[in-house]
Amino acid sequence: MANTQGICRSFKVELLNGHHALGTSVTRGVTTADSFKAALYLVSATTNDTNTVYTATGEVSGANYVAGGVDLTGSPDWIAPANTGAIAFSTPTANFVYTTVTLSTVFDAVMIYNSTQGNKAVSVNTFGSQIVTAGTFTITMPTNDSSTGLIRLS
Amino acid sequence: MALVNVTLDGGLTIEQMEETLLEKKTGSVENYNETTHWIEYWLDGKLVHRSVHVILKKGLDISGALGDIG
Repeated sequence: MANTQGICRSFKVELLNGHHALGTSVTRGVTTADSFKAALYLVSATTNDTNTVYTATGEVSGANYVAGGVDLTGSPDWIAPANTGAIAFSTPTANFVYTTVTLSTVFDAVMIYNSTQGNKAVSVNTFGSQIVTAGTFTITMPTNDSSTGLIRLS
Repeated sequence: MALVNVTLDGGLTIEQMEETLLEKKTGSVENYNETTHWIEYWLDGKLVHRSVHVILKKGLDISGALGDIG
């Protein structure tokens, strides 16, 4: 047998669960999962992984779309973080649905952010450019596993 | 009788129309990132309804790297 170095697999899952604070953290009054939201961004915006919090700059607007986007509707919002091998992963529990909206200016990105923790940004996912007219825009989540989960720590 | 949400004024007002009065168009595209389907309804050459369903295939990676000691 020999020792082998590596970032512990459990640590990756625990990061997703908020168990470790290597720097200054936040005060948590409860142990329940945070709440998250999903906002849509115009093709003309520059929303990306440098965003630290939700921004209204470049966000879509139109009939029945509320600034800030939609709440993630799972309970909790994310499937319990888990790992397969060395990869930890999690995916929102439910699809994102923007019902009966009109978004006439082309958009191609969604930002997920933590509305419990000061709207801190989580991720920006892009997709093909779209408009919606008096219709429903739905984003279906990928399969929650180590290959395709929405967030994967490898 | 199937009713479809439509807008005749660019989205300011949403009302419902009988589907048979409208021209229906559908489409889809697939790439490494997504499979996307859309459905459109047109009236007199004007787009009055468009719904879109994006099915993401894959999320995003955060890669960890362990530093050497010593």
